[in-house]
Amino acid sequence: MSLASDPEGRAPESVVEVTNPTVREYLDAYWTRVKSGDLGSLPIIFGLIAIAIIFSSQSDVFLSAPNFVNLIRQSAGLILIAIGVVFVLLIAEIDLSVGFVSAVVGVSMTLLLRQSGPDWAWWFVIPLVLMLGAAIGALHGTIVTKARVPSFVVTLAGFLGWSGVVLILTTEFTDSGTILIRDDVVIGIANSFFSDFWGWVLAIVAVGAYAVLQLAKRRARSRAGLPVRPMLIISAQVTALAVVAVVAVAVANSDRGVPMVALLLLGALVFWSFIASRTRFGRHIYAVGGNPEAARRAGINVDRIRIAVFMISSFMAGVGGIVLASRLRSVDPAAGGGNLLLNAIAAAVIGGTSLFGGHGKVVSALLGALVIASLDNGLGLIPNLPSGVKFVVTALVLLAAVLVDSFTRRRQQSSGIA
Amino acid sequence: MSDTGEPILQLKGVSKHFGAVRALVKVDFEVRLGEVMALVGDNGAGKSTLVKGIAGIYRYDEGEIVFEGKAVKIHGPSDTADLGIEIVYQDLALADNLDVVANMFLGREEIRRPYRLNEASMEKASRATLDSLSVTTLASVRQTVAGLSGGQRQAVAVAKAVMWNSKVVILDEPTAALGVAQTRQVLDLVRRLADRGLAVVIISHNLHDIFEVAHRITVLRLGQRVARYEASETNQQEVVEAITAGTVESVPGMTT
Repeated sequence: MSLASDPEGRAPESVVEVTNPTVREYLDAYWTRVKSGDLGSLPIIFGLIAIAIIFSSQSDVFLSAPNFVNLIRQSAGLILIAIGVVFVLLIAEIDLSVGFVSAVVGVSMTLLLRQSGPDWAWWFVIPLVLMLGAAIGALHGTIVTKARVPSFVVTLAGFLGWSGVVLILTTEFTDSGTILIRDDVVIGIANSFFSDFWGWVLAIVAVGAYAVLQLAKRRARSRAGLPVRPMLIISAQVTALAVVAVVAVAVANSDRGVPMVALLLLGALVFWSFIASRTRFGRHIYAVGGNPEAARRAGINVDRIRIAVFMISSFMAGVGGIVLASRLRSVDPAAGGGNLLLNAIAAAVIGGTSLFGGHGKVVSALLGALVIASLDNGLGLIPNLPSGVKFVVTALVLLAAVLVDSFTRRRQQSSGIA
Repeated sequence: MSDTGEPILQLKGVSKHFGAVRALVKVDFEVRLGEVMALVGDNGAGKSTLVKGIAGIYRYDEGEIVFEGKAVKIHGPSDTADLGIEIVYQDLALADNLDVVANMFLGREEIRRPYRLNEASMEKASRATLDSLSVTTLASVRQTVAGLSGGQRQAVAVAKAVMWNSKVVILDEPTAALGVAQTRQVLDLVRRLADRGLAVVIISHNLHDIFEVAHRITVLRLGQRVARYEASETNQQEVVEAITAGTVESVPGMTT
């Protein structure tokens, strides 16, 4: 179906007057949005700054270069899993199985790489086990959509079932249950670093790509006769990103260098953000989360979107599982357990993704996981702190994030209906 | 509007049964380009069933659908859309979390190169369609629907319907949830659709609204068409009588 082609279908071009906002008007509009409750990532960025200030006053180690590099490596697996959780929350579903699905994928990979076992090559094993992850998601999604069982129950069964599978797989081949990874490439995923030079190249390419994309978008809008953002704002954003990138790379280079896994994180964030906000598939995910009935009437295959989202969730859990296994250089029966699942869901929610569907961004996985990992890291540096405090503090931060979300949503509703 | 011109959409003797319940009994209905046809009747008169048959949600048990002079079969909602018939339901079916542009193009997004949404082109087309309908109350087509008033939402839903080369627009209770000023805006909008040459069917309980915009009125009662009026040649009193006491050929359950 095409757009109205009859002469009356569209207004004459001349009717549309283009008035580009000035910097002042743009900032005013932004401030109005903030005041009416559209805070975006502001609360969490202030939260991260507060965390940095508090812990650096308590411990000299917190803001040191080695700890910064460790923070990235510690949070990498969590961020990757939380990206998948963001997608599930976007369609107002839940996936409680991501922790153990990540372990199933990590353990399967380790078993297939064993020199005393199949001894397959890493470039064959990794795609294979990631497909296994996606297949697990397809199974969950199919049961949720076709049998109309709530995702909470289906993935709770997955939580129990896949934890059993992890236990069976790990104890089947060893007595202790711990299986070491010997493949250098796989170990290198989470344990190797870029040289100083390539660290800088990464920073320059990332900032350059961002600038080019912003300018291309501006040009496309300008050519279509639509209002564009002031050039000053775009250059300020690019400069801010450049400063962050330069500081991060300089700090990392003063230690061991930029971790290789940072490239994987960056790639995953860019790729999934693109899918979520720039493709038809992503648009339909938001529509299914916002109003499934409207999506259905618009001709969107709602069930297919739901199944695909559960596949994304399990796939990203698998990617995270590979990174976690790589960092530990081994897997054991405890893989995927502990607080991994709860931290992944908490990361997505703290980052600003709504549990009620339709609201949230992929980058919230990064921001929320950074908050959780830096709390974990920072509280671990304070001597003589009872370990229970860590959980209590994380709980309070999670609660605060949900309260901010609920408060801003109500604010938006009350100010929206003008 | 004079009685000349071929109807663009015509139902001939359509019936629909749900078990023993006869929701529609040999109903004739038609609408022409450039006119507003009101469909009125009490609750349970068969208005919704009639529209759902056109929408492809139900299939009539008997009777014929004629579109542009040709008998057509409607097997599903996509057939209706392909013919150029758009239906704006009472609940509007907008996604609150998406902006106006995303809602207007939902399910029919424009794609540039392999996979990317063509946001600039969609925004421009949305703005142009809203402007052509003289919808001026929207500050930005990039604001989410959650922040719009009832009248603005209705306007977005109608604009969404007319953007797709549609020839017939069916509006289900478009003013039911609106205040006075917003009802005014929507009725103006309905009239503009007809002025642009579209065929408009409006379902409403509010006879005052109907007499403001409709050229002709079809009255359903107990699943049958009991009257058809030129709006200029009748009054509210007469229509109310038809709705509540119009002569039906057969009353379900009554053997006369």
